Amino acid sequence: MDRLKKIEEGFFRVLMFCSTVLIAITLFLIIFSILYKGLPSISWEMISQVPKGGFYFGKEGGILNAIVGSLYLSFGSTFLAAIFGLPLALFMNVHLIRHKKLVNGIRYVLDLLWGVPSIVYGAFGFAIMVYLGIRASLLAGIITVTLFIIPIMVRSIDEVLKPVPRGLLEASLSLGSTRSETSYRVFFKQTLPGIITAVMLSFGRAIGDAASILFTAGYTDYIPTSLHQQTATLPLSIFFQLSSPIPEVQQRAYASALVLIFIILVISILSRLLTRKYQRNQINF
Amino acid sequence: MMENVKIRIKDLNLYFGKQHILKNINVEIPEKKITVIMGPSGCGKTTLMKSLNRLTDLNPDARLSGSIFIDGEDILHTSEDITKIRKMMGLLAQRPYPLPMNIYNNIAYGLRISGRKNKRFLDRRIEHYLRQVNLWDEVKDRLRDPAGALSIGQQQRLCLARGLAVDPEIILADEPTSALDPISSQTIEEKFLELKSNYTIVLVTHILRQAKRIADHVVFMYLGEVVEQGTAREIFENPREDKTKSYLKGLFY
Ligand SMILES: Nc1ncnc2c1ncn2[C@@H]1O[C@H](COP(=O)(O)OP(=O)(O)OP(=O)(O)O)[C@@H](O)[C@H]1O
Ligand SMILES: [Mg+2]
Repeated sequence: MDRLKKIEEGFFRVLMFCSTVLIAITLFLIIFSILYKGLPSISWEMISQVPKGGFYFGKEGGILNAIVGSLYLSFGSTFLAAIFGLPLALFMNVHLIRHKKLVNGIRYVLDLLWGVPSIVYGAFGFAIMVYLGIRASLLAGIITVTLFIIPIMVRSIDEVLKPVPRGLLEASLSLGSTRSETSYRVFFKQTLPGIITAVMLSFGRAIGDAASILFTAGYTDYIPTSLHQQTATLPLSIFFQLSSPIPEVQQRAYASALVLIFIILVISILSRLLTRKYQRNQINF
Repeated sequence: MMENVKIRIKDLNLYFGKQHILKNINVEIPEKKITVIMGPSGCGKTTLMKSLNRLTDLNPDARLSGSIFIDGEDILHTSEDITKIRKMMGLLAQRPYPLPMNIYNNIAYGLRISGRKNKRFLDRRIEHYLRQVNLWDEVKDRLRDPAGALSIGQQQRLCLARGLAVDPEIILADEPTSALDPISSQTIEEKFLELKSNYTIVLVTHILRQAKRIADHVVFMYLGEVVEQGTAREIFENPREDKTKSYLKGLFY
């Protein structure tokens, strides 16, 4: 009996070790290959200028248009998604606490939406644009990406809110607060670190997605000055450069990928710092 | 027969799904007295407490029938705002649930949501209520520390202070001393004896000696039914029902 247990323990230990190593190596390889290919082309010019004529044939210019466009787009849509998503998640977990079936229904729908590929959101956004006679623009891109990340945002905040104990709700209500006060003053505070992580996750999806903006945000060599102009984005910039037959341009695609990874890294470090700050008041139940 | 009745529970039945949890409860709770609810684990004491301030509303499977009159008003069938009714009752749950904020704000929360935001007023009230639960000396230098960092016993006292701060008329306490050492339990007990001149107190406890020390009125429950109720003297010295007798003898918990 004892020996069997030992063998079992050993087996799972080896299995876990192997998967950990495998995942670590894969991640390392991805980062390494992008660094290896992209680093030589990274230059100040690359991140401070918009494409000049002939940029896509290996001449001067940079990807500032895509960097700024991507930041506009992802910040805009993350902000919008949070404005609608946070109240919905709180509503599901505080106000609808009696309506388990309804809440589970909403969860199911959101999970379905989460699973829908982003190209479908792109096609949907495009269809609406055609119907309304609107052209590809920053605004259309932001709205499409917002639709695409709302399920992610709501469900991840929802998962953070779910484990808040019933007793905390009861405590707050018996002090005479309404459910909305309880949502924003108690539940929000208790789960803020998790909410920040959820928002960060959505931001990552927003800035990294190419398919949803392919038809909706368009592409341009300029930095958009209004919501109605088209905008470039990093994922599409990578896509266009990578499909070029010219080696210099392909190298710049990796440099652009590096920039994208760097932005995500900075945002996630910032969110970590914020998380730490707000963990102070969290109660461990 | 009885002094002023603060809470009158009439034919209260509660189901969780198909389970019949509270069976035909008829209880009268006198004003400005300590009423102790006793009974073995799982008999429905917590559930009864929660129906008093309608926290059972939160449970999707709960169905209530009957009436609970507080000052003559049936809170189960009233048009009155439920938050007002809840505010009238301070709840001390079986385990403490401090709010995710610092010690100061835990007490200020209830005051602020009822519109009292003046800083000097809050400072004074907070000191007052922390002193009332004998917590002031322990926390006065760290009012801005998170409440979660307090020990469980301190959290329990903080929750009591928080409940008192919103100026309730009734205190519902569900085994408030179960997590406390004998000394802190004693301070809480003394506190309740002091508080009863201003508040109607309903207390659940498993500790027989505690009940004997502080109860004015006793309700004994068994498997969702009220077996016996009366003044502390009647119940402890002269119980009528066999179940009460054997419980008091410590034959079951
Ligand atoms: N949310 C719920 N859903 C279903 N059943 C419940 C729920 N809460 C309590 N019950 C059931 O109701 C009955 C009474 O529970 P309650 O918590 O009121 O007991 P109690 O007298 O407070 O016990 P204890 O002394 O252990 O705290 C138990 O049988 C319990 O299983
Ligand atoms: Mg209980």
